[in-house]
Amino acid sequence: MAAIEFVNVTQAFEKNVIIKDLNLKIEDGKFTVLVGPSGCGKTTLLRMIAGLDRQTAGSVLIGGEDVTDIAPGQRGVAMVFQNYALYPTMTVRENIEFGLKNNKVSKEERNRLVESISETVGLSPYLNRKPSALSGGQRQRVALARAMVKKPSVFLMDEPLSNLDAKLRAQMRIELIELHKKLGTTFVYVTHDQVEAMSMADTIVLMNQGRIQQEAAPEDIYRQPNNLFAAQFIGVPPMNVGDLGMDGVKFGFRPEGAVLTAERTDSHFGVRGRIVTREMLGSETIYQVKTKQHAFMIKCTEDQFTVDQEVFLGVDASKIFFFRQDEHRIAQDDVRHAAYMAALRGQQHE
Amino acid sequence: MQLQKEGKKQSGGGPELSIDSVTRTGSKPKIASVRKTWSMFWKAVVLMGFIFPFLWMISTSLQTFEETMKFPPTWIPASLQWSNFVEAMSSGPFLTYFKNSVIVTTSIILIQLAVMIPAAYAFAQYKFFGNKILFGMVLLAFMIPGQVTFIPVYLMLADAGMIKSLWPQILPFMSNAFGIFLLRQYFMQIPQEIVESARLDNASEFKIIWKIMIPMSMPAISTVALFSFVSHWNDYFWPLVMTDSEAVRPLTMGIAMLRETEGISNWHIIMAGNVVLVVPILIVYLFASRQIVKAFVYSGIK
Repeated sequence: MAAIEFVNVTQAFEKNVIIKDLNLKIEDGKFTVLVGPSGCGKTTLLRMIAGLDRQTAGSVLIGGEDVTDIAPGQRGVAMVFQNYALYPTMTVRENIEFGLKNNKVSKEERNRLVESISETVGLSPYLNRKPSALSGGQRQRVALARAMVKKPSVFLMDEPLSNLDAKLRAQMRIELIELHKKLGTTFVYVTHDQVEAMSMADTIVLMNQGRIQQEAAPEDIYRQPNNLFAAQFIGVPPMNVGDLGMDGVKFGFRPEGAVLTAERTDSHFGVRGRIVTREMLGSETIYQVKTKQHAFMIKCTEDQFTVDQEVFLGVDASKIFFFRQDEHRIAQDDVRHAAYMAALRGQQHE
Repeated sequence: MQLQKEGKKQSGGGPELSIDSVTRTGSKPKIASVRKTWSMFWKAVVLMGFIFPFLWMISTSLQTFEETMKFPPTWIPASLQWSNFVEAMSSGPFLTYFKNSVIVTTSIILIQLAVMIPAAYAFAQYKFFGNKILFGMVLLAFMIPGQVTFIPVYLMLADAGMIKSLWPQILPFMSNAFGIFLLRQYFMQIPQEIVESARLDNASEFKIIWKIMIPMSMPAISTVALFSFVSHWNDYFWPLVMTDSEAVRPLTMGIAMLRETEGISNWHIIMAGNVVLVVPILIVYLFASRQIVKAFVYSGIK
């Protein structure tokens, strides 16, 4: 087990600066998910931990030790790749024990470890098969077994579930959470899928354009987003945002934070609109409501409205967020907060 | 009523249409089968063009002298003259020639693989100073024919006192520019994650080449080795220039000399010698082609 630390890390490929002066501490034994849109630098961070790319400046510490000059194979990390990266000419057994052989583990010990790991991940019947004869889920398990067998202090995973179908992905998510609980090792998981991040992480590190936007527990990042990017990246559908028309400030509320009614109500923010689309998802329904100025996505647990119906949309004061012109969230104790609340109230039922 | 009639008329038109469509669809397979026959015919013509000299060689190698002189020519000998092979092989030191050919070709292939694979791996995997210029030079070497370099190479090897040995036939071919080029392209197609995975598994660069790259690149390696084998086994020009004694001459020169030792008209003996020259290539080809097929199975998974 080991904590990971980035100290003033910069990464540039030729003239293209991906990450600039980044500082981050990934806690020991935690399931940390690096999430963000494509090209935000999350995989770059992971590859620096693995030692596959060397940072342009700054240092990377694993367990308090600067690993800049340590080869990937000697950092005590294991990595699961998006496309699994299994060795196609080797059998499942050879794939799993390749790392052990390189680390000069004795044959008896190797056999014992391979047997026990393959038992854990349910691969025992397939040990003598080549990866080409396995399904996607089984290949994923081989990749996991290959990482686990080395007993690394850090597990790195680069979008390991994105090649699986939706059902298997959900199942593997649960298995990964259980695996993390069982091993208690530091997990660093990269994904662009915020649902994966929310469901598995102890801590989410949200990134955009090489910068950390927010580093917090899933519930905190959802309820107290630092900025507009965090508010709109986390959550499906994303937070609804509208112009307040004052100081360039924007207001926002979550799709489930609004209530739709056929009659006017006395909500803090209330507006009339028309239902444009309706997505019935089973336990909930998502409506797109078009108002005079905006289009809002509203999540309801009851399916009461039809397309083209006129509705009233109401949001309580406690569900409303404000963002400054520079996109940072305005805290409730900010002096201007009350003024913005009043301004929003003034826009009632436009 | 009129409507009904019209309706009947329309429905009566139905079967007509369907008969028409049947004949149309019936003509399609006919065209397809004519096309197929035509293509088979041309394939057979091309195949005959390639296989005719080969069959002619085998047939002649098993005929008597009289049969080879007959007109119209004999295709199937009255009795198989295996003695032609014995006669061809005993007309000179053929065992030595054969041994020389085997040593030279095998050495060239082994040395080439030992040089080519790491070179191609370096060009494919590493970004180092002068990478592109060096690779450009490799490609340049690929374009220079042996006929341009043989005099300086001969003088150099003669100065080194190597002409009486097999080295002049081996040393100039230690590297194979075409092979480096082909393997580099192949190595570049191997997913980078597999190599990175091996690095994380604490594998040395040598082990990555030996355990990952080579097994995954068997189609390319087999192809390069096969091309190299065929070109060096059949090489006549280079040993003709580089050798001056029987002890170091390869099989191709021995076969060429059959015309002098056996006389120009003894085609049955010359052809028997040629069969001996060709058989190892066929054996190697059979082995290599099986490897290529086997290795292609691996490249299906990513």
